[in-house]
Amino acid sequence: MKHSFLKGLACLGLTVSIGAFVPGSAFASGGGTDHIEAQHWSFAGVRGHFERNQLQRGFQVYKEVCSTCHAVKRLSFRNLAEKGGPEFPEEGAKGLAETYKIVDGPNDQGKMFKRPGRLSDRIPSPFSNDAEARSANNGALPPDLSLIALARKVETEHAFWQVPFFMAKDIVMNYQEGGADYVHAVLTGYSDEPPAYKEDHGHLIRVSAEEAKANPKLPRCASITSEKGSPDVCNKLADGMQYNAYFPGNQIAMPPPLRDGAVKYTDGTPGTLDNYARDVTAFLAWAADPKLEERKRLGLMTMLYLAVTAVLLGFAKRRVWSGIPH
Amino acid sequence: MSDHASTYEPKNGFSKWLDARLPVVRMMHGQFIDFPTPRNLNYMWTWGGILTFMLVVQILSGLVLSMHYQPSDADAFNSVEAIRRDVNYGWLLRNIHAVGASMFFLAVYIHMARGLFYGSYKAPREILWILGVIIFLLMMAAGFMGYALVWGQMSFWGVTVITNLFSAIPLVGTAITKWLWGGYAVSGVTLNRFFSLHFLLPFLIFGVVILHVWALHVVGQNNPTGLEIKTKSDSVPMYPYAIMKDAFALGVFVLFYAWFVFFIPNYLGDADNFIEANPLSTPPHIVPEWYFLPFYAILRSIPSKLGGVIAMFSAIAILAFLPWLDTSHVRSAKYRPLFKWFLWAFFFAVIALGYLGGKPAEGDYVMWSRVFTAYYFLFFLVIMPIVGLVETPRKLPNSIMDAVLRGGGPMSASTATAAAEKR
Repeated sequence: MKHSFLKGLACLGLTVSIGAFVPGSAFASGGGTDHIEAQHWSFAGVRGHFERNQLQRGFQVYKEVCSTCHAVKRLSFRNLAEKGGPEFPEEGAKGLAETYKIVDGPNDQGKMFKRPGRLSDRIPSPFSNDAEARSANNGALPPDLSLIALARKVETEHAFWQVPFFMAKDIVMNYQEGGADYVHAVLTGYSDEPPAYKEDHGHLIRVSAEEAKANPKLPRCASITSEKGSPDVCNKLADGMQYNAYFPGNQIAMPPPLRDGAVKYTDGTPGTLDNYARDVTAFLAWAADPKLEERKRLGLMTMLYLAVTAVLLGFAKRRVWSGIPH
Repeated sequence: MSDHASTYEPKNGFSKWLDARLPVVRMMHGQFIDFPTPRNLNYMWTWGGILTFMLVVQILSGLVLSMHYQPSDADAFNSVEAIRRDVNYGWLLRNIHAVGASMFFLAVYIHMARGLFYGSYKAPREILWILGVIIFLLMMAAGFMGYALVWGQMSFWGVTVITNLFSAIPLVGTAITKWLWGGYAVSGVTLNRFFSLHFLLPFLIFGVVILHVWALHVVGQNNPTGLEIKTKSDSVPMYPYAIMKDAFALGVFVLFYAWFVFFIPNYLGDADNFIEANPLSTPPHIVPEWYFLPFYAILRSIPSKLGGVIAMFSAIAILAFLPWLDTSHVRSAKYRPLFKWFLWAFFFAVIALGYLGGKPAEGDYVMWSRVFTAYYFLFFLVIMPIVGLVETPRKLPNSIMDAVLRGGGPMSASTATAAAEKR
C-alpha cells in the first residue's frame, strides 16, 4: 500500500506507452518538407567514434567545395591534427596552414601585414564580413558551418500519445544525430524541378514522377500553403532559388554544391554525391563536437563505475534494512 | 522533533572542548544521524536528498564555468564554445551544468508531486511547504537567467519574450521592462546583469534550503500514511536507515543523469541555441526550456497579455495557499478515494500542458491548453476545498507501525521481516 504513488505513476506511464503503439495521427499536418531518414553514422551510439579517413575526405570536400562560401571559424588548423579528429599528421596541418595568408599586426611601423598561417591560427573565412558574403551571394548569407551539425534538427510529427514513446526511444537509443541527418538530407535533396501537383476539390495533391512526366502542364510547386476554408495555394519556385526536398520551405538559395565526380578522392572511395554528402557531414559533425570521442569513451567508463556503485549501495541498503519492517 | 535530543557523546578532549563552546557536532549528530525518520518512507522521500545534491553540483560546476565565461554581447557565445572546445574537460563541465538544470527541475517536480499526493503541505508543515514554493520560484529565476547566458538564438529570444511580459503591467510596465533590460531592448547590458543575478540566486536558494530543512526537522517528515510519529516504534534513526536508502536512490539517479551528460547532452536543449544570438532574425518557434513549458502553455492560453501573465504567476503562487485550500483532515491521498482521481487528473493536466507549451499556439492546441489551464485552477480553487468536505476517507491505520505490520492482514514479526525483504 505504501507504494500507491509509485503504482499510479507506473500506470500513468503504461497507459501513455500503450497509446504510443496505436497507429494514427491526431494532428495530421499539411505541407512541410519530406521526411528525413535517419542515417547510419559511425559516431552514433555509446561506442560512437569518427572514422579518420572519412573525416579526411570530408575535410577535402569542405575545402574544395564548401569553403568557397562557408566558413568554419571555430576550427583552428591545429584541430585538424588533434586526437579525435581527422588526425592529419602535424606536418600536414602545418603545411596546409602555410598555404594561407593571414593578416597580422600591427607591426612596429603600425602597419598590418600578411604572413603564412600557423597551426594556432583559425581557418580563415572566405569573406571578411557578412556584408561581403551577402553581396557575393545574391543577398543570401552562407552560414558558418562550425556548429551546423548541432544547430539543425529533424522535425518530427507524432500524435500526442506517441510522443512519450518516441521520447523514450530517443533517450534509450541516445539519438543525437538529427543535425547530421538533416545536413546530409539537404545536400542530397536537390532536384531540377519542384514536384507537380493536381487539384482535387480545392486541395493540391502531389503526383508521382511518372504522372508529372505524362502531364507537363501540371503546376510545379515548391510548397503548398493550406488554410482551413480556403483553397490551397501553390508557391512557385522564386527566381534564383533551387528546390530542395528537405530545406524548410523547400526553396534554398545555395545552388546544388555537390554532384558525382565533383571531388577527386585518392583513397579509392567512389566519388558519388551520397559519399561526398556523407563524408562532409561527418566532418561537420566532428567540427561541431570535437570532443565527442573523448566524451563517449569517458562516458562508458563512468557509467560502468556508477552502475557498480549503485548496485553496491543497493546491497548495502538491503542489508541495513533486513529484519526491519518498513 | 524539535524536542529530539541528540545522543551525541563527545569522546576525546578536543570534542568535549568544542562541544562546550560550539555544539555543532552535537547538532549535526542529532539532526542527521539519530534523527527519527518514519520507518515506512518509500523512494519518493529520497528526492529531497537528490535535490540537495543537485544544488551542490550546480554551484560547484557553475563556479568553475564562471571562471571561463565572458558575460558580454560579443563574447558570451564564443566563450561557451571555447569552454566546449578548448578548456580542459570544459565540455564535461558544460554538460554537467546544462543537463544538471534539467535534472534539478525533474527532481523538484517529482518532489512537489510527492508533497501533493501525500498531503505534505498540511498542518503543521505549512511553512515548510511555503519555503519550498519560494525555492521553486527562485529556481525558475535561476534557470531562466542561466539559459540566457548561453546567448544563443533561443536564449536571446526567450529573454525577449519573457521580459516583455512585464510590459503588460498597467502604467509602470514599460518603465519596468526598460529598467530590467538596462536599455531599450535586450542587449549585452541585460546579459551582464543576468550573469550577476544567476551567480547570486543559487546562494539565496541555499539559504532558503537551510530554512526548509530546519522547518522539516522541527515538524518531522510526513510519510505515506500521513500519520505523525506517535511512539518510538514508528521511526528508525536517520542513519543508517534513511541515509542508506537515500544513497542508493542517489546512485541510481546519478546513473540516469550521467547517461544524459555523456551520451545525449543536447537532447533536452534546443538546436537553435547553437546559433549565436541575432537580434535581427527571429526563430520560427520560440519555446522555453522543457521545465517551463506547462507555465508557458498557461500564459499563452489566455487571450489577453496581462491576463496571461497574471494566470502564469498565479499558477505558481496558488501553490503557497494549498494548506488552506485543502479542507480534508486526512493527509495522504492513499486514504482519499475521490481526491486521488482528481489528483491524478491534475498530474495528467500538467504533463499535457507541458506538451502543449511546446507546440505552436494555433488551432486545437490552444483549445486544449485552455481546457487544461481551466482544470489546473479548478483543481485548486474548487475541487480541493469541496472534495475535502464531501469525501468519506478510508479508515486510517492506528499508527505507522500498525500500517507497516498490517500490510495486507495481520502479521507476525517474522512474516513482517519476510515482507520487508521482498520490498
